[in-house]
Amino acid sequence: MSAVIDTDHKGHGHAGDDHHHGPAKGLMRWVLTTNHKDIGTMYLWFSFAMFLLGGTMAMVIRAELFQPGLQIVQPEFFNQMTTMHGLIMVFGAVMPAFVGLANWMIPLMIGAPDMALPRMNNFSFWLLPAAFSMMVSTLFMEGGGPNFGWTFYAPLSTTYAPESVTFFIFAVHLMGISSIMGAINVVATILNLRAPGMTLMKMPLFVWTWLITAFLLIAVMPVLAGCVTMMLMDIHFGTSFFSAAGGGDPVLFQHVFWFFGHPEVYIMILPAFGAVSAIIPAFARKPLFGYTSMVYATASIAFLSFIVWAHHMFTVGIPLTGELFFMYATMLIAVPTGVKVFNWASTMWRGSMTFETPMLFSVAFVILFTIGGFSGLMLAIAPADFQYHDTYFVVAHFHYVLVPGAIFGIFASAYFWLPKWTGHMYDETLGKLHFWMSFVGMNLAFFPMHFVGLAGMPRRIPDYNMMFANFNMVSSIGAFMFGATQLLFLFIVIKCIRGGKPAAAKPWDGAEGLEWTIPSPAPYHTFQTPPEVK
Amino acid sequence: MAAHEQYYVPAQSKWPIIATLGLLITVVGLGTWFNDMKAERADSNGPLIFFVGGLFLAYMLFGWFGTVIKEGRSGLYSSQMDLSFRWGMSWFIFSEVMFFAAFFGVLFYVRNWAGPWLGGEGDKGIANMLWPGFEYSWPLLNTPDPKLYPAPSGIISAWGLPLLNTVLLVSSSFTLTFAHHALRKNQRKPLTLWLALTLVLGAAFLVFQAEEYIHAYTELGLTLGSGIYGATFFMLTGFHGAHVTLGAIMLTVMLVRVLRGHFSPEHHFGFEAAAWYWHFVDVVWIGLFTFVYVL
Repeated sequence: MSAVIDTDHKGHGHAGDDHHHGPAKGLMRWVLTTNHKDIGTMYLWFSFAMFLLGGTMAMVIRAELFQPGLQIVQPEFFNQMTTMHGLIMVFGAVMPAFVGLANWMIPLMIGAPDMALPRMNNFSFWLLPAAFSMMVSTLFMEGGGPNFGWTFYAPLSTTYAPESVTFFIFAVHLMGISSIMGAINVVATILNLRAPGMTLMKMPLFVWTWLITAFLLIAVMPVLAGCVTMMLMDIHFGTSFFSAAGGGDPVLFQHVFWFFGHPEVYIMILPAFGAVSAIIPAFARKPLFGYTSMVYATASIAFLSFIVWAHHMFTVGIPLTGELFFMYATMLIAVPTGVKVFNWASTMWRGSMTFETPMLFSVAFVILFTIGGFSGLMLAIAPADFQYHDTYFVVAHFHYVLVPGAIFGIFASAYFWLPKWTGHMYDETLGKLHFWMSFVGMNLAFFPMHFVGLAGMPRRIPDYNMMFANFNMVSSIGAFMFGATQLLFLFIVIKCIRGGKPAAAKPWDGAEGLEWTIPSPAPYHTFQTPPEVK
Repeated sequence: MAAHEQYYVPAQSKWPIIATLGLLITVVGLGTWFNDMKAERADSNGPLIFFVGGLFLAYMLFGWFGTVIKEGRSGLYSSQMDLSFRWGMSWFIFSEVMFFAAFFGVLFYVRNWAGPWLGGEGDKGIANMLWPGFEYSWPLLNTPDPKLYPAPSGIISAWGLPLLNTVLLVSSSFTLTFAHHALRKNQRKPLTLWLALTLVLGAAFLVFQAEEYIHAYTELGLTLGSGIYGATFFMLTGFHGAHVTLGAIMLTVMLVRVLRGHFSPEHHFGFEAAAWYWHFVDVVWIGLFTFVYVL
């Protein structure tokens, strides 16, 4: 039966055979790999590289906004920086980081030998460097790169777009293919490869939140693909989807985009919810409070994310019924989110807490994400949004949910699982320093944006009124601090990979889950025979 | 749960990276081509790059699927692996459903809201001041700005070729199911015949669709550029046609495999996946026939 296979696979994959092998040597290990740990590692490094690139663009933005007036860059280039910063951070930094964590941790958490479809997993990863090389190369093309904001509203992105928009569109297609395949892999793995006894309601919350995230990805990435395809047709083939002169509607673009875009923002936060739900119980040394309600809250958030998209469009001219519906539906999201925050707080209540770096990031996550949630509620009020729309208040809001939300969730996960990945403990002192510098830096950077936004400073403009000067200078100083601190994170991770105190199989005494039953560092192949879960 | 122990994790594979390069080269080629076309630059390298990318993709498809078929036939795939493929294909089809949903959503939005507002209806009807003479109707036989988007003189009637195509595609779903039943009873000859008949019906569908397009372009002035009616019409039916083509290619591969003696009454997921896909394009067509042609 194995005549064909033996020639190229040397019998690997045979039932019950004890043939363990380590990774292949050299560069081709990474190019050809089908191992979920290798692929997870590549996703995480890619994400970090994109985080630094997108961060550099943020530094350009903050440098220009350090003082009123135009100092460093031209408005045209400033627009490209805001656009690319957003696109790279959303699609290049946050999403791949979570896919990387999923690749590493989901098989370990559910006792699976690998992801369900390992070759497709490799394909999902390698499409990302391809897509981003193409997208970043647009900056060097004639007419410059995308300059229409990361939301690429038509007609800015169609009639008035630089020529490079065509490559932007295809880059989005490649990212979309990558995301859909990655999500299908996650769903198939979770639904089909759980160890015997691991029922759905026994799964760690990180697995649950990723299952729901993957569903959201499969549901909305095709809509984004449809959206950019219509742009492509409008630009090159004379269709009039987003042009009223032919009977279409530019507002239609916003509807299609935000039908994708709103679930997308939950795609960027739900896995962080899951990670924090693993980390807080570990350092509070208490089981998670309200596991079942966490699962249902996540599912409710996912459902609601499909019926709130037009709250991004309150000022664009939608009927009153629409304003009211989307306002109330949006406010409903506060209920399941509140359940989650309550559960995290209750988990910590009377726990034996210690504050190692992952816990510091997680506690900051709970507090600061809640601030972002509250400013979200303010924005949800349609009549009030008429004042806030397109101001720095919006920028403050979504940076509060994305930086101390998504990014802190990723940092917390990285510190929590680094011992498992590398076999060494990271440097706790440096980790704490990284946390406090990030914490202070990001609050300095983003908190003043609330004030200038409420006072009317518009977003995406390289110059501003003199009266915003002080707050903007504070923001910029905070941003530089936050940015520089991330190089420290790079140093900490490299130091941890190269050496350090050897990590035990379970370095955190309150941690629970199958991933702590295997040695640190995790062997190249794990759970080839599934564990029994009681 | 002995099945767990047999889960097949393939060793290193070159196919994903070839697929990545193929896709990247293909889209770079397309992008170059489209941009050069728009800027009217002569001697574009776009088509050539696109062609090279296409070669990569073709090589990858043969190689990757060839490997999977070999592995499947050599018995490496447990029933658990089979289930992974089933989940994978089901969610892929779901993603395709959502892709079409986006375009159907556009159609409903234009017909229910954007169009009437542009014609001056309701409290958002101020949009009408842009083109005060514009009256909205569906099908849209006049556009707000006929110089930019010349309106069509007529549209395709539902009760000619589209009705015939509906009959063809719906019957092809039946013939495919007969083929599947034959496969399960291990009746190879009826299997081959029903599958071949399905392909003939699918091909006939595509021929009539092409005829309809030619009629629309040459006689009715109904084009991609003839306003939102033409845009939604061609995008919905065009993407559907592309999916029928893809489905037909899948079924052709299945026919070749049947002729080579592949598939057993128990193990034939490749066939089933292609059949699921075919039924999916059939269901999309019923949506199209209803909302694009009839209503």
